[in-house]
Amino acid sequence: MKTKKYGKKYGMIPALALGFAVAMAGSAFAQTPGVTDKEIKIGNINPYSGPASAYGTIGKSIAAYFKMVNAEGGINGRMVNFISYDDSYSPPKALEQVRKLVESDNVLLVFQPLGTPGNTAIQGYLNGKKVPQLFVATGATKWGDPKKFPWTMGWQPNYQSEGRIYAAYILKNHPNAKIGVLYQNDDYGKDYVKGLKDGLGAKAKTMIVSEQPYEVADPTVDSQIIALKASGADVLFNATTPKFAAQSIKKMAEISWKPVHFLNQVSNSVGGVIKPAGAENADGIFSTGYLKDQLDPQWKDDPGMKKWFAFMDKHYPDGDKTSSFNTYGYTVAQNLHKVLLAAGKNLTRENVMKAAASMKDVDLDLLLPGIKINTSATDFYPIEQQRMMKFNAKENRWDFFGEILSGEVRGS
Amino acid sequence: MKTSTPVTSVIAAIGATVITLAQNWKLAGFILVLIAGAIFPLCASGVFTFQITQLLIYAIAIAGLNLLTGFNGQFSLGHSAFYAIGAYVSAVLMTQLDMPFYLTIPIAAAVCFVFGFLFGLPALRLEGIYLALATFALAIATPQILKFKPVEHLTGGVQGLALFHLKPEAPFGLPFDQDQWTFYVTFAVTILMFFLAFSLVNSRSGRAMKAIRDNHIAAKVTGIDLSLFKTLTFGVSALFTGVAGSLSALLIAFVAPDSFQITLAIAIFVGMVVGGVGWIPGAFLGALFILFVPNIAEHIAFGLSAFFDLIRKVIPFFPSIGEQSAKGLTGTVYGVFLILLIYVMPSGLAGLLRLAVQRLARARS
Repeated sequence: MKTKKYGKKYGMIPALALGFAVAMAGSAFAQTPGVTDKEIKIGNINPYSGPASAYGTIGKSIAAYFKMVNAEGGINGRMVNFISYDDSYSPPKALEQVRKLVESDNVLLVFQPLGTPGNTAIQGYLNGKKVPQLFVATGATKWGDPKKFPWTMGWQPNYQSEGRIYAAYILKNHPNAKIGVLYQNDDYGKDYVKGLKDGLGAKAKTMIVSEQPYEVADPTVDSQIIALKASGADVLFNATTPKFAAQSIKKMAEISWKPVHFLNQVSNSVGGVIKPAGAENADGIFSTGYLKDQLDPQWKDDPGMKKWFAFMDKHYPDGDKTSSFNTYGYTVAQNLHKVLLAAGKNLTRENVMKAAASMKDVDLDLLLPGIKINTSATDFYPIEQQRMMKFNAKENRWDFFGEILSGEVRGS
Repeated sequence: MKTSTPVTSVIAAIGATVITLAQNWKLAGFILVLIAGAIFPLCASGVFTFQITQLLIYAIAIAGLNLLTGFNGQFSLGHSAFYAIGAYVSAVLMTQLDMPFYLTIPIAAAVCFVFGFLFGLPALRLEGIYLALATFALAIATPQILKFKPVEHLTGGVQGLALFHLKPEAPFGLPFDQDQWTFYVTFAVTILMFFLAFSLVNSRSGRAMKAIRDNHIAAKVTGIDLSLFKTLTFGVSALFTGVAGSLSALLIAFVAPDSFQITLAIAIFVGMVVGGVGWIPGAFLGALFILFVPNIAEHIAFGLSAFFDLIRKVIPFFPSIGEQSAKGLTGTVYGVFLILLIYVMPSGLAGLLRLAVQRLARARS
């Protein structure tokens, strides 16, 4: 009885305390955006915790990259202060953390925010504030729209253009194919399927005989593979993330189903997918690529790859050297490095955007030979070139074939 | 001798008010909260205003869950579902029918009440952990239902709905920016919702709710309609959380299935336990915890790696976390916080406050 009375009587105290704390804590911030003679502040959000925390190593490898830059003297004499916060892959948290980066940390730009939902949540805010949202870490197709969002730029090739590359190949080499599609039931999987269908055009309806979605929370895709085999498909379009890609390759070997297999590049890591699935089961699989795979022996003596291994040893020793996320993080960070160098001494947000939108044949350590980065005031898609490749089980590596292909999908 | 001038009469009026307020300090507290709320966004930074707005929204959601669990003894690990429904009702009405945001709050509230009430019907047959499990399933299913093809044209599927361009400006040319205005709207709704919550738990219905919690057989004997009250409580609880969701659509200006994952349901639950089960104002403390402690944990995890490196200078074989791996420790630090908190304050921050107040009162007398 007594405690209850106290609860009632002092019920307003916390609310009051809150009011006071709140009234005292506020203050306004100066408007200099993240650049001094000695320092450049770069903001980033990454899912270090939560369901997508596997991606967290991208943020860590970027941090390590800028540690290396600083050890080598910084950028035009300025040290990079890379501030990265955890957004747990939650859009509200992403917006909160990005606001913190922009309004209290005063960063020059937000670099490589990860995930389609999080980026959509922060896009309106960053464009309203005119803060660069550079090289977003998502393959969705909507990130290169400079007319509507002049402060947002994508980076990696988008999923739809990759789907179209496979469609073009199928139309040319297997015009009578019966296509089975396995895809993850989210924006990523659906983008791939859209690219494939757009590429096939009017023939999509007759050529695709079965579509099997799965949820990212599913334990396996066994039943989907069995259903696809039963549908009589002789071509498989496989838009799955690494775990499911490995499962599907294995299951297909088990039930000895051998269609012409197109595997999306999200899952073409030799170490992360092919090895666990059994290299002999993956012989002849088609995919595309734009980055060198560190586990592929053909790059063993490649100077860019050697630099990457040295970087990992020195600056990110506890990082996983078999993870393609770490080559990705290194490469995208190197791209920003080059953009900041190109923007020169006078680092303003406008200048950074201008430099990012005027990259001409930029080459990076780990890009496949022949693939270059190009942007312009109307082209906000940095990497648009890819190469097709086929897995060679005997050599345990991908063999490239054909010429460099360019995706044509822009805007949505 | 004394002539009454305007100045003295004003002073007298102020004096009289102060005396009244001093005697009725509940009212004084309320007025102080109002003043603090009115001044706050004018002197706080944009990002801090944003965070406090988020805090108020979480507090409403937690209060909703507390009505169900703290006052009626029914468990729910699925309140992210009602939060999502509230957010989506507002977002869909705004994008499809160009409805002004303010109108969508009561509609979201009504829809959530109906959903909660309907979910309360099967929940009648479930007790304790079984109910927790059923609501857990609701939280898991909701993000997938939002992506379901037949509703995709309304919900925007996995891409969600962006509302930046629909965010209301302050009306009548009031000189507030969007952050400030969003705060005022949220603040007003928060006051209304907490007034409703206080009134409810202190009413006859509130007593019936608590009677069911404490002993449902005895409650039934005294003539309380168990199923009606339990389902109604479920509906009201969902209504509160739905209003919070609706406000979150305004604040974030973007809804997507990824915003309403099971982690949100757990956050609301944690907020309730930390703030104090069965104590309405505890919702603010719980919201404070779920909003800021993850951020603090992030800094601590980072500091921890520096600390380990420092020890390594003395004891060379001491393990190193490394600056990069420290990022992965955020969750662990958060967990340690939570365990410590529950261990030290088993009845939440509410219990601690009560204890402090008791000690203080004893020391005075």
